[in-house]
Amino acid sequence: MTSFRLAKGGLIDRATELSFRFDGKGFTGHPGDTLASALISNGVHLMGRSFKYHRPRGVISAGSSEPNALVELREGGRKEANTRATVVELYDGLVARSQNRWPSLDFDIGAINALASSMFVAGFYYKTFMWPKSFWEKIYEPLIRRAAGLGHASREPDPDKYEKSYAHCDLLVIGSGPTGLMAAVAAARGGARVILADEGAALGGSLLNENEEIGGVSGLTWAQGIIAELGSLPNVTLMPRTTVFGWYDGNIFGAVERVNDHVLEPSLYEPRQRYWRIIARRAVLAAGAEERPIAFGGNDVPGVMLASAMRTFANRYGAASGKSIAVFTNNDSGYRTARDMTAHGVRVEVIIDSRADAKADAGGVPVLRGRKIVNVKGGKGVAGVELDDHTHVPCDTLAMSGGWSPIVNLACHQGAKPRWDAAIAGFVPPDVGPAFTAAGSAAGKMLLSECLADGAAKGALDGKLPQVATCRDEAFAITPLWWVRESTGKAFVDYQNDVTPKDMPLAAREGYSDIELVKRYTTAGMATDQGKLGNVNAIAILAEATGKTIEQVSTTTFRPYYTPVSFGAFTGPFTGHHFQPVRKTPLHEWADEEGAVFVESGLWMRSSWFPREGEDWLAAATREVITARERVAICDVSTLGKIDVQGADAGAFLDRLYCNTFSTLAIGKARYGLMLREDGIVFDDGTTSRLAEDHYLMTTTTANAARVMSHMEFCHQALWPDLDVQYISVTEQWAQMAVAGPRSRATLQKIVDGIELDDATFPYLAAKELTVLGGIPARLFRISFSGEHAYELAVPADYGSMAARAIMQAGSEFGIAPYGVEALSIMRVEKGHVAGSELNGTTTAADLGLGKMMSAKKDYIGRMMAQREGLTDENRQCVVGILPVDKSDRLRAGSHLLKRNDPPSMANDQGYVTATAWSPALDRWVGLALLANGRRRHGEIVKIFDGLRNIHMYGEICEPMHYDRENLKLHA
Amino acid sequence: MLIKCPHCGTRPVEEFAFLGDAKPKRPTSNDPATMDQWFDYVYLRDNPKGRFDEYVHHAGGCRSWLVVTRDTATHEVFATVTAREWAQRP
Repeated sequence: MTSFRLAKGGLIDRATELSFRFDGKGFTGHPGDTLASALISNGVHLMGRSFKYHRPRGVISAGSSEPNALVELREGGRKEANTRATVVELYDGLVARSQNRWPSLDFDIGAINALASSMFVAGFYYKTFMWPKSFWEKIYEPLIRRAAGLGHASREPDPDKYEKSYAHCDLLVIGSGPTGLMAAVAAARGGARVILADEGAALGGSLLNENEEIGGVSGLTWAQGIIAELGSLPNVTLMPRTTVFGWYDGNIFGAVERVNDHVLEPSLYEPRQRYWRIIARRAVLAAGAEERPIAFGGNDVPGVMLASAMRTFANRYGAASGKSIAVFTNNDSGYRTARDMTAHGVRVEVIIDSRADAKADAGGVPVLRGRKIVNVKGGKGVAGVELDDHTHVPCDTLAMSGGWSPIVNLACHQGAKPRWDAAIAGFVPPDVGPAFTAAGSAAGKMLLSECLADGAAKGALDGKLPQVATCRDEAFAITPLWWVRESTGKAFVDYQNDVTPKDMPLAAREGYSDIELVKRYTTAGMATDQGKLGNVNAIAILAEATGKTIEQVSTTTFRPYYTPVSFGAFTGPFTGHHFQPVRKTPLHEWADEEGAVFVESGLWMRSSWFPREGEDWLAAATREVITARERVAICDVSTLGKIDVQGADAGAFLDRLYCNTFSTLAIGKARYGLMLREDGIVFDDGTTSRLAEDHYLMTTTTANAARVMSHMEFCHQALWPDLDVQYISVTEQWAQMAVAGPRSRATLQKIVDGIELDDATFPYLAAKELTVLGGIPARLFRISFSGEHAYELAVPADYGSMAARAIMQAGSEFGIAPYGVEALSIMRVEKGHVAGSELNGTTTAADLGLGKMMSAKKDYIGRMMAQREGLTDENRQCVVGILPVDKSDRLRAGSHLLKRNDPPSMANDQGYVTATAWSPALDRWVGLALLANGRRRHGEIVKIFDGLRNIHMYGEICEPMHYDRENLKLHA
Repeated sequence: MLIKCPHCGTRPVEEFAFLGDAKPKRPTSNDPATMDQWFDYVYLRDNPKGRFDEYVHHAGGCRSWLVVTRDTATHEVFATVTAREWAQRP
């Protein structure tokens, strides 16, 4: 294979050789190369296939705008699809594959699409796959899915680490070319904290690629001097390999730093990429300008590339794109390529300039003025070009320049539209205020001297302008040429989506003339490159077709991300177990010792059941229920929210939060409370105890603990700031366990210090602070969710597991066992206590059978709205008990209820089963339901319909409490 | 977006939870004749483009409820006061 490496020059380390593979074939390159430059130096231009027609495509650009040379980089879990070969730094052992081709890049069956190209015009998705309708799901969609798309994502997990980080600065400079360097040094010399970020591996921007002269030395030497000065200053942070991808509210910028994409594998303690949020007092957009292609026949043949890319490959990487070059340009900058390539000893055949009056210095290369290319000969490589005067120019590579587009993207991320500047034939950034200003060629200043001066002015935060070095300016003059109407071959405006100049007028004719609609209809400007190269041409061609000015057509919306950002960078370290925190209760260790099976409940891990040999969840839970009902059992209830409320107005505050009254609660007693939302619907419930005159302890449901706390803070601070009350969550400070069953009193009596737990000193609903186990502070409540004679004991969190073990020991003579939330749930259904499935955000206090709790003597949250007609309608669904008529039937939660003889329909729906349990005491399934006008329907036989399982059966409506209706066991 | 908490200083928006329009004042009467005022308080909210006073909770910080005045179109924050001060305004 012929080498296209130039004999000398370039910023590559020629002494070191790197091996890499592309499509399975081995190549070599040097440190400093990109994958694209290394392939070009090996004579490889064909790097991909186009999206629609599968046309062979070569590299077009030398940077982040690349639409064609997209590869799958790396393998296995590290594979990254749609990666631009032009920005991949070469490393030893690199592996890449081409995309969107089958069976191979060289021979791609999909290329037959080109023969049917009349089918693939603008809007073809909407036109071609319309009928017959039945074909859509089975034929068209799978076909499109197989044909469309670019690279394939890996199905293996990414083994690498990613990080997230914040940075703050006085000035963020985006781009490290001549403008950015001047801005950074101007600010830094004044003492400002400066961050200089650039997407490139090395700082210097265009000075790395171009032959410039600044202050009597080469542009590169000048840049190295400034970079060295910046690097020596403590107030400057240099961030190469960092793409600033978005501008957000508050002058916050998103950036991704490719920390280790340039090595085979990141070292053990380093991330692959780091996601930055940069908070900048001021920022300067010095992102430079992007060269545009021209749309002419065959402008996508591999070997046709941007003029600036061709000289970048030669100047920076020492790689010649060909041996016989032609240049096609509408502006003076194309001539630089001819001069640079000649200087590198590469033959330049001719400059074809569409301007009849072009005056630029061609450095001895012949110039054909006023001529255009109508077609490029060749398939997988250039064989020559045909001009509009029917002459033929032989060449093997073509450099094109359609002018320059300032990189305005970031300045437009908050919605402002760029402004058209006819003098440079490009869009320039909008004025978005002093906090974020564009400078240099990003602001439409096309001369090097202007860039240096503008950068210095925008960076001098203290107003002290640094001395600006003199430099040699290259002429910039342009007469726009967007497309060659006379083209005889297929011309492309948007390479990535195979959009041709005919598509814009077609879209306009079919009624899609707004640029945003044209984008969607033709797909111009979509996909991974978002039209960085093609958009301005597409806009200009649409303007021509619709008789508007370019200014009137304007641009599509610029949105983050400037270039694609990996999911890994967004996710950062929050994967797997780190995705969200795990909350373990203070009794977790004890429950684990007892063999608990845990269930996730929000962030909490709750003990669900405690299986013994051979038991499934139902057998274990059933045994636990029987133990609680007949002996004594212990359950971890630490997840319930606990809020400590103190102050002279604590009682008054609780009276306003709950629909029932707490200011009248006796000291040393607990009371069940019901909290409404301001719209009258039930919000939360739980017991609250009064420990002292000005001291209450609230409990909330597990699910609502945080919400109730925020609600209290709002009510106090925003509604009633005059109340003298303080409150704080103590959920995590206390371990709490329910001890339930006929032997609970005898068990606890053995561990409490100096108190008789008889009905006189510790009656039902008693709540007292005491000590246990010889001095451990504790709170004991005689409350019951199970319906048994029961207590809840709270001890400081660190004593939790120890106290639970002591209770297990104390209760062992009575046959104590631990029980989990499954058994808890069975017992609450048996007792008809409402829980989450009834407090579901649609039910009122009356619906839950708790209407009598609503006080008429005070104002409280929800009082007024709860009186609305719709919330007091007697036909509302309310909580009832339900039993299958056939005792052997299993009730299923979610089943709908119908009148006995009605067929299932939405109109006939009467309500649904909210919770079910197999009751060991009653030896049958029992349930709770919400039923229209349910309180008056006790005794009625209803139809139970489970549409998911197609089960029909009958049930009898009863009161919610199935077990111990006289509460004899509760008060025993 | 950054919000200046009167207690904690300038903090990122992730630390805050938004509730909405801070203009409606909770009626003080439970007289059934005031039902219309209650409806307005519970349900009627302005949704302006431009300057807007909004309840914001510094849930990931000092737990203060604040009223942040911002431009809904540009997200420029003009002022932040505590809900307590807001409640006691004339």
